[in-house]
Amino acid sequence: MNQELLTPLLILSAFLFFTGVYGFVTRRNMISMLMSAELMLNSANINFVAFNKFLYPGKLDGMFFTLFIITIAAAEAALAIAIIIHVYRQTKSIDVKDADQLI
Amino acid sequence: MFTPATEAILIPLIPFLLFGIIGLAGRRLPEIFSAFLGIGGILASLLFSLHLSVSYFSEPVQGAFVLKEFFSFPWLNFSENLKISIGLVADPISMLMVVVICSVSLMVQWFSLTYMKGEERFQMYYAFLSLFTGSMLGLVLSSNIFQMYIFWELVGVSSFLLIGFYFQKPSAVAASKKAFIVTRFADLGFLIGILLLSYETQTMEFKGILDYFKSGNFNPEVSGIWMSHSLAAWALVLIFVGAAGKSAMFPLHIWLPDAMEGPTPVSALIHAATMVVAGVFLVGRLFPVYSLFEGVMQLVTWIGVLSSILAAIIAISQTDIKRVLAYSTLSQIGYMMFALGVAGKAGAEAGFTASFFHLFTHAFFKSLLFLAAGAIIHAVHSNEVENMGGLRKQMPIVHWLFLIGCLAISGVPPFSGFFSKEEILLNAWKSQPLVYGFALIGSGLTAFYMFRLFFLVFYNKSHSDVHGHESMGLNFPMLLLAIPAVFAGFVPFSSYVTSTGLPEETHLHLMFSIAPVGIGLLGIGLAYLFYFKQNSLPEQWASKLSGLYKLSRGKFYFDELWRAVYQIGLIRALATPAAWIDKNLVDGGLRMGAEKTLRLGDRVKLIQNGKLQDYVLYFLMGILALILLTLLMIQS
Repeated sequence: MNQELLTPLLILSAFLFFTGVYGFVTRRNMISMLMSAELMLNSANINFVAFNKFLYPGKLDGMFFTLFIITIAAAEAALAIAIIIHVYRQTKSIDVKDADQLI
Repeated sequence: MFTPATEAILIPLIPFLLFGIIGLAGRRLPEIFSAFLGIGGILASLLFSLHLSVSYFSEPVQGAFVLKEFFSFPWLNFSENLKISIGLVADPISMLMVVVICSVSLMVQWFSLTYMKGEERFQMYYAFLSLFTGSMLGLVLSSNIFQMYIFWELVGVSSFLLIGFYFQKPSAVAASKKAFIVTRFADLGFLIGILLLSYETQTMEFKGILDYFKSGNFNPEVSGIWMSHSLAAWALVLIFVGAAGKSAMFPLHIWLPDAMEGPTPVSALIHAATMVVAGVFLVGRLFPVYSLFEGVMQLVTWIGVLSSILAAIIAISQTDIKRVLAYSTLSQIGYMMFALGVAGKAGAEAGFTASFFHLFTHAFFKSLLFLAAGAIIHAVHSNEVENMGGLRKQMPIVHWLFLIGCLAISGVPPFSGFFSKEEILLNAWKSQPLVYGFALIGSGLTAFYMFRLFFLVFYNKSHSDVHGHESMGLNFPMLLLAIPAVFAGFVPFSSYVTSTGLPEETHLHLMFSIAPVGIGLLGIGLAYLFYFKQNSLPEQWASKLSGLYKLSRGKFYFDELWRAVYQIGLIRALATPAAWIDKNLVDGGLRMGAEKTLRLGDRVKLIQNGKLQDYVLYFLMGILALILLTLLMIQS
């Protein structure tokens, strides 16, 4: 297997990750922040898959991890949306700036 | 019925118990009942002390009266060399004192029954009187110097409580504080003296201390010499400072005239007859030790002489009846003090006897004078002699009683004061003629100011707008006190109280008496000329001797002097810098620490602002920093 494909994949992953970080830090809307977090998780997934494929072709650890992360990301999304709804009920807003009190 | 030891315990214990009972019951007890409790208790103590002293004086050990210990048990065992015990002893002077204290206290409590009638806190008054009497009795019976110090402070406290009895009056509060602080200041000297003396002798027991110096083991070189005097001498000087504070010797006398703010019977008991002679008693108790140190005895002598003369001069110009009596007390205690001082010289040992003889007679005639003054104040409702005058008609019995007191204090034979003062003068003459000269002048002054007071109160003005009246409740205790004031001089005192304990014979030297009696009569005559009728002589002489008059009127400015010392020495030199350090360094340091912590907290608080995205940024920065660090470490 040639490993030339690895580097573009890692670049894609880094691009996705920092897009996520940027979105997470700059977006005020909590839904958008959740989406940015999903981007970061998926960039990690790409890393796992790429390293598994090119460095340890005989093993499936990376693939399993990816499956785990997708599952956990789904659970996390459900939880995060529940929190956002709750915050919305308290503050009538989903702007993260308004959610600065421990109520 | 009782063993001597039981009696000795009961004498101070009864008043102490009564203090507890009356003090705790307070207003729940009917007034008359608490008064009778106090009087009954002191009567019991008087009977016990009479019986005890009679049995003591009837059983001399090999012809001498020695220090007899009833019991003594260890109380605080700090170390091998530092043990404090509790015990009671008897010796001639303590036996003398218990009788004097109990009898004067009984008369005063009886007198107070009428005098203090209707007073608020009447019960507390009796409780305090019992406390005082008990502590004073404990003081004179103490077997060791530390126990004596405890009672010494207790009499100070009860004196404080009684001076400030009318605590609604600001002047009484100030006077009580002054008395307490001045005597406490002197007691610091006493305490250090006790420690030094017990370091020297390795014991606190009076018996041990006296034996130590008697045995000849004492070597001044051993414990060190400071400023050419031995440690023991300095200890005695410091103890004398305590004695001088309590006995109001110059220059620590300033509290006593102010102490007259208390009820008059209290002045009679505490500030004339008993507590103020505690200093004389203390020096007398350690007399065999004092007499070994010539220099210390000189100090005692001259402080005594100074007090007797200055106080007599001040007494001449005072207009408050109680203050005149207070200064005369100062003067008479000065006599007792220097009589002890001169007794150090060979040939004049009877000065010890004379001092305690004078203490004995003075207690009776001075408390008589104070109670008479109390009766007058009770009738006139004023302390100022200007508001009196011509009271002879309204108060004939008090007039005669006051006359007896005046004659006794002036040393007119055959009244009691004559005998005791005569003894003092005789021994002063034998020891130091200069002291005798001062004492002679002092006795002339005494006669003059006492009769000045007498004439101003009872004669002088013929008119009298005051409605004085007498009451039997006040007169009767005074009549009882007048008996010893007249006859106490005939007690063969020197066969009981001497510096060695061995009975001695004394004889009156009639030729010698001419000068003191003569000068006393001269003083009375001058007072008659000046004050019997209203005339201009006092004003004329006051302007002629205006310098001296001003000094006397201003009490030699001792109060101002002390105030200056207090303000410059204590406040400016000590308190102000100490306050500055406390405020700026100690407080400032703490406050700075608190301030810095608060600031830091404010800064740290900004991080925890609840902004989710700020947290993420910090988190990211942290991660980046960690990654950078890791990379650097891998590279190196």
